[in-house]
Amino acid sequence: MNKQLMASLLVVLLLGACSNKAAKDASAPVADKSPAMADTGAPAAGGDTVASVVADDESGKSALLNDPSSILYKRSIYFDYDSDTINAEYRPLIEAHAKYLLAHPNARMVLQGNTDERGAREYNLSLGQRRAVAVKRVMNVLGVQDTQIETVSFGEEKAKLGCAAESCYKDDRRVDIAYQVEK
Amino acid sequence: MFRLFSFFLLLCLSVGVRAELTIDIVGGAAQQIPIAVVPFAQSPSPGDNMAAIIGADLRRSGLFRVLETRGVANQPSDAAGVRYAEWSALQAQALTVGNIQTLPGNRLKVSFYLMDVLKQNQLVGMEFEFTPAQYRITAHRIADIIYEKLTGEKGVFATKISYVTRTASHYTLQVADADGFNSQTMLTSKEPIISPAWSPDGTRLAYVSFEKKKPIIYVQSLSSGQRYVLANFKGNNSAPSWSPDGKRLAIVLSHSANSQIYTINADGTGLQPITRSSTIDTEPVWAPDGQTIYFTSDRGGSPQIYRVPAQGGNPQRVTFSGGYNVSPRVSPDGKLLAYIGLVEGRFRVAVQELTSGQVRVLSDTAKDESPSFAPNSRIILYATNVGGRGTLAAVSADGSVKQRLSESGSNVREPAWGPASK
Repeated sequence: MNKQLMASLLVVLLLGACSNKAAKDASAPVADKSPAMADTGAPAAGGDTVASVVADDESGKSALLNDPSSILYKRSIYFDYDSDTINAEYRPLIEAHAKYLLAHPNARMVLQGNTDERGAREYNLSLGQRRAVAVKRVMNVLGVQDTQIETVSFGEEKAKLGCAAESCYKDDRRVDIAYQVEK
Repeated sequence: MFRLFSFFLLLCLSVGVRAELTIDIVGGAAQQIPIAVVPFAQSPSPGDNMAAIIGADLRRSGLFRVLETRGVANQPSDAAGVRYAEWSALQAQALTVGNIQTLPGNRLKVSFYLMDVLKQNQLVGMEFEFTPAQYRITAHRIADIIYEKLTGEKGVFATKISYVTRTASHYTLQVADADGFNSQTMLTSKEPIISPAWSPDGTRLAYVSFEKKKPIIYVQSLSSGQRYVLANFKGNNSAPSWSPDGKRLAIVLSHSANSQIYTINADGTGLQPITRSSTIDTEPVWAPDGQTIYFTSDRGGSPQIYRVPAQGGNPQRVTFSGGYNVSPRVSPDGKLLAYIGLVEGRFRVAVQELTSGQVRVLSDTAKDESPSFAPNSRIILYATNVGGRGTLAAVSADGSVKQRLSESGSNVREPAWGPASK
């Protein structure tokens, strides 16, 4: 057993010990039995399976989407301050992804809206959503169904730290295209 | 094997050990009550004398001037030992004395007395039994009793607050005593955590976690750590707010369009739409009578605060001054609406009297967020930014007392003040 695997097992054991301790009170409703530790990076089971999961990951990848010279490789649409209007320069990008979805009916896309850090977190979450919806509506017009697209927002949560000027605020006001299922 | 297990337990516990919040006071009430809190007689002498914790609570409220007592020759530990002349000479109006005895079975008993120095009589004399682990909370309860006796208002020293910290690698949801001590980690995540909301009975927190790469609302028990998904619909699930009876929550869902307000049972059943607009409706919060929900909407072109019947109906606009008013919170006594307004280019905490409509801007900071009322409606806790770092601050509802709460090494945000202690 190498040191890394040993460490992973220790983390698993440790989490198990913590969660068992927490699970004693049966009076609370239980729908999600995972310990209250989100995304710790610890493998769910023994360390041996991790490598094969990474290898399997490649089988679902699309060569088209991952070709750096393809327009489909571009995944971000930027917006003006307090605006959800899509600038004309992004039309070809959105049209290319809409075409891809129409050609790959099993593909699933998430449009992730973002804002800069100014203002209230929850209101910014809604502003980011409005931008994601604006991109989705263009795709709808191009014939893509809502079943293939989910619009979500990170609001200001992914905004750059320590930004205090338009030069970096503008990078935060965007919708990112992410594929949950590539083909 | 036993030693190995002990090691794990130690690590589990150490998750909860972290830097404490420290609180600085800026300003104070014009009329502060001068009070002497004599160190409580206790053998063996503890690290933190109970009187020091009580004195710090009273001082932090901004309503008391806690006097230095070391120069007084006679240090009484019960009502009978008090020689009033010595405390009048110190110009104390009130005096607290007490003593702590050790009982069998690792229990303690505190006896304390609150004296009116001017009238030379006893206002309070009480005893509490407690365990060593309850030392600080017992001190806070005594401070609450003193505060209420001398100001006529409920104290909030024996309450809890929650907040979110962000470090370079992760986010945590913390619960701590109102003085920043005893912080404990409820959740650790690599992804953001926002909008914690206390259940009215103080046993659970609802919050929004991005751990699944989208906003999902969870409800988590403080005592057991067990949690469940309250809402995970397509799109965003955010901005939870408990109804005053704890049976339902107002939440925000987007599905495939803009954010709209819904109510849902605390077990995740019985979803009911409250607003139906094509604009943004978000940040719902229940008024304490349970009849009205206040929320933020940009239906008028700029974000403003509106109210709607909790069963649904026609929204009415509530804020009119300024072009950006968000994050409404109604005081527990139902009299004040606190919110964040963009005033002279700065996001600041403001309050509006709900009957008169009169507005006061309370804070003098610039990037204020997430106001939260203390259970006695007197203090508003909020997040702000000082020197590029997220920190918490508090301001009294009349604007006279301001506090800064900071934690070394991390960004602190999203404060929520828990309900009154039982």
